[in-house]
Parts: sequence; structure tokens; C-alpha cells
Amino acid sequence: MTRKTILNEAHRTLGAKMVDFGGWDMPLNYGSQIEEHHAVRRDAGMFDVSHMTVVDLKGPRTREFLRHLFANNIDKLKAPGKALYSCMLNEQGGVIDDLIVYYVTDDFFRTVVNASTRDKDLAWITRHAADFDVQVSERADLAMIAVQGPRAREKAASVLSASVAAAALKLGKFMAMQDDGLFIARTGYTGEDGFEIMVADALAPALWSRLAAAGVAPAGLGARDTLRLEAGMNLYGQDMDESISPWEAGLAWTVALDEGRDFIGRKSLESQRDAGIGRVMVGLVMDEKGVLRHGQAVVTDKGVGEVLSGTFSPSLGKAIAFARIPAGVVGDVRVDIRGREVPVRVVKYPFVRDGQAISA
Amino acid sequence: MKEIPGDLMFLKSHEWVRVEDNGTATIGISDHAQDLLGDLVYVELPNVGDTAQAGTAAAVVESVKAASDVYSPVSGEIISVNDALADKPETINEDAYGDGWIFVVKLSDRDELQELLDPDAYAEQIENEED
Repeated sequence: MTRKTILNEAHRTLGAKMVDFGGWDMPLNYGSQIEEHHAVRRDAGMFDVSHMTVVDLKGPRTREFLRHLFANNIDKLKAPGKALYSCMLNEQGGVIDDLIVYYVTDDFFRTVVNASTRDKDLAWITRHAADFDVQVSERADLAMIAVQGPRAREKAASVLSASVAAAALKLGKFMAMQDDGLFIARTGYTGEDGFEIMVADALAPALWSRLAAAGVAPAGLGARDTLRLEAGMNLYGQDMDESISPWEAGLAWTVALDEGRDFIGRKSLESQRDAGIGRVMVGLVMDEKGVLRHGQAVVTDKGVGEVLSGTFSPSLGKAIAFARIPAGVVGDVRVDIRGREVPVRVVKYPFVRDGQAISA
Repeated sequence: MKEIPGDLMFLKSHEWVRVEDNGTATIGISDHAQDLLGDLVYVELPNVGDTAQAGTAAAVVESVKAASDVYSPVSGEIISVNDALADKPETINEDAYGDGWIFVVKLSDRDELQELLDPDAYAEQIENEED
């Protein structure tokens, strides 16, 4: 059965083209996904991300539990409100999911995991939480609206009560706060500044309407995908999965091999590292016309790789992609597009950050 | 959805053809097709002088979302292509039945036209798809 967020009616009223996304009926676009993309890069846009899974973890041993569960180190979160991006690995070092975790209080952490991985994530977290007496509760009662763009914070603040707005505007990057029934985080998935706002389902449609009235453009999953890829952010299922380690997914920066911390997957990660990592994730830019797509073969002097996430970048006006290719490639790299080998450039990503092209 | 011009004929796969009195046929994709694809970002045009075969791919249109073959509804030599689409592929989104034409064929077999859908039959097909 297809699930619907509380904002489903609002999307349909706006004439959204709806698609099935991980079992959810979600807006792909409201007309032009390229215009929605530019609205976020240049001004402010909003996404219904209520399909994402919010999981609250409570108990005195929650921090100890997360030290064990996540590949990144929860102890990097020193002040309440701070957020951390991490992978959750299986024993083989494969990525079960990537997620954001917020430190709310010493016995309360909130994590947001992907919609498409909800069931297995909840099962995995619950199974391991038992050893630490941590209480796991999914917050299906919360909707989430991501407001993103250079003017997102200012426009979002204009629809909040004066005291909440003042506090929200003072939030540092990757910080969150709770007030007035809202959970407001200065995080996102677009490479722009902005907020992700969690709100009780019943209040979400009114918040959505107020944001629209304040000039925040509704944007769909299509724009969300081009924005996050330009920003160099992985998409679970496309760029990594349980058969791929963080080493091979450009996520080594999220793995904390700190002394003495025994997290799930660590032993495997260390032996893989010691044996040498055979494949790496790189960014590609194609200067010729055409579009890079998931699954296309990448031809290199060291063997064949494949395009992971690929798209047309509205900000750069050309195709960009993540690809997994053999390690140590130095020569020319080409992508097979319908039987034609088109040259591409291997680049560092993000491709775009804070509205500026980095890898043009 | 835009009204379908009465002088067009269609393939089930959403290509249209407009036959002129001089025996040439202009080909594009339907307004419904561009709506399904979303924002177009690239059109791979055939070469002038190539031979199009009815029912086989002659061009490719790519949106942000997907690449899609454009089948030629008729056979014949390609005598013109819409070069303006190279820089402005979005023209197809804006005017699929007009400025968004893709190529022109010199018809080699008028009998092929019998196989095509008229506007009413095509409109009916779209309606059934949406159900």
C-alpha cells in the first residue's frame, strides 16, 4: 500500500506530479524541477520530507549505545542540540543506512534515517538497543519540512513566533533546538543554508501554507536529487548499500577509528583498509552534451567502473555524476552512453556549494 | 494539457507526424510525452541525409529524469533537423507541436501513414493510460 504524508493533499492542490518513492506517494515536481532547483539555489524552496523516518532513542545508556552502533563517533557531539552525520554498518562493514543524529539531552538522541530503509533500520536498531536498555520509538506522528536556500532561514523565521524565530536565527550550522512544539535544525540535503523543521502532523499543513505565503517555493524530489548531487551528498541505495563500505562510497570522513571504540563493522573496515581499497568513489563532469545516468559503464585505464548517481546539473548546465571506479586511475576516463564513449573529467566534489560552482 | 492539432498523426509511443502537401513529414514528440519526461535538457538529433525507418529510433530526448528514444513514425531520408534544440531543448516542453519539432523526413512510403493514430485515437490512448 502506498503511504501518504500529511501534506499529500497540499501537493495535489498545487498540481504536483506524484510518484511512488520507497512506498510513499511523493511530489516529483510542481511543474518544472529545474525552476524549483534554481529557487533553492537563489532564494528559498521547501520540501516535504515527512516520509523520512524519525527515531527517538532514550535511556541513560543511549550515548554508549550510539558509540557502538555508528561508524562516526557520537562523542563528537559535546553540546546539546548538535547534529552528526554517520553511517550505520553491518558486521562486514557494509552500509545499512546513512543518517543524521541529534544530541537532545544526555538520555535522549534523535536520529533521522531514510524512508526506503525504514523497516530494516528499525529492526537493526531495536535489536542492538536491547543490550543497552535503550528505548526505541519511531515518531510517525511528526511531519518534516526542509526549507532550503540563501533566504530560507529569513523566510522561515518570518512565519514563526517572535521568540522562536529569534532563537532559530541564532542556531549555528548543524545545530537544532526545540520550542513551541517545533524541532528546528539548521541542516539539510541541498548544499544551501536552511532549516529542517519537524512538526506535529496536525500542524504541518498550516506551516506549509504559511511558508508558501512567505514566498518559499514548493520543490519536489526531482529538485532535491539534483541539489544534493551538486552538493556532493550520497544517496542511499544508489551510491552505497550493504555490499559497499564507507571506504568505497566517499564516506571515509565519516568513519572515526578512534582508540578503543568498538563499533559494529570496525574490524571489517580495518582489515579492508589494511588489504587496500580496490574501488573509490569519484565525481565526474561531462563537458559534452548529454546526461550521465545510473548504471552507465565508466571506462578507465585500470578497468571498468560504473556511474552511481548521475544527472544534469541545472547550476552547471552540464552532466555530473558520482562513479565508483578502480583505485589509482590516472589516465583518460570515458563513459559509455548508448555505445558511444564520451570523455569525462574526474573532479573533486561538491560540484556546487552555497550557490557557487566549484567543479565547473 | 494542450489541445492536439487536428492535422497530426501519432505513434502509440507518443511521436507525432505532420505530413505536408509536398511529401515531407515533420516529426516531434507529443505534449503528453514532454509532460511525462519533465524538463528536457538534451536532444540527440539525427544527421541530415540519414535514412529513418518507420518504428525505429531516430533521435533521443533526455530530461533530467530519463533518456527516451524518439521513433520515426515514417520511413524516408532525413532532410532537416531542428538545430535550435541543441541550445534550447526546453522548446519541446514549451511548444511540443510547433517550435519543438525534431526532424523532417522525405516520405518514401505513404502507405505507412495508414498505420498511425489520428488525434482522437491518440487522445483516447492517453486517457486509458492515465486510468
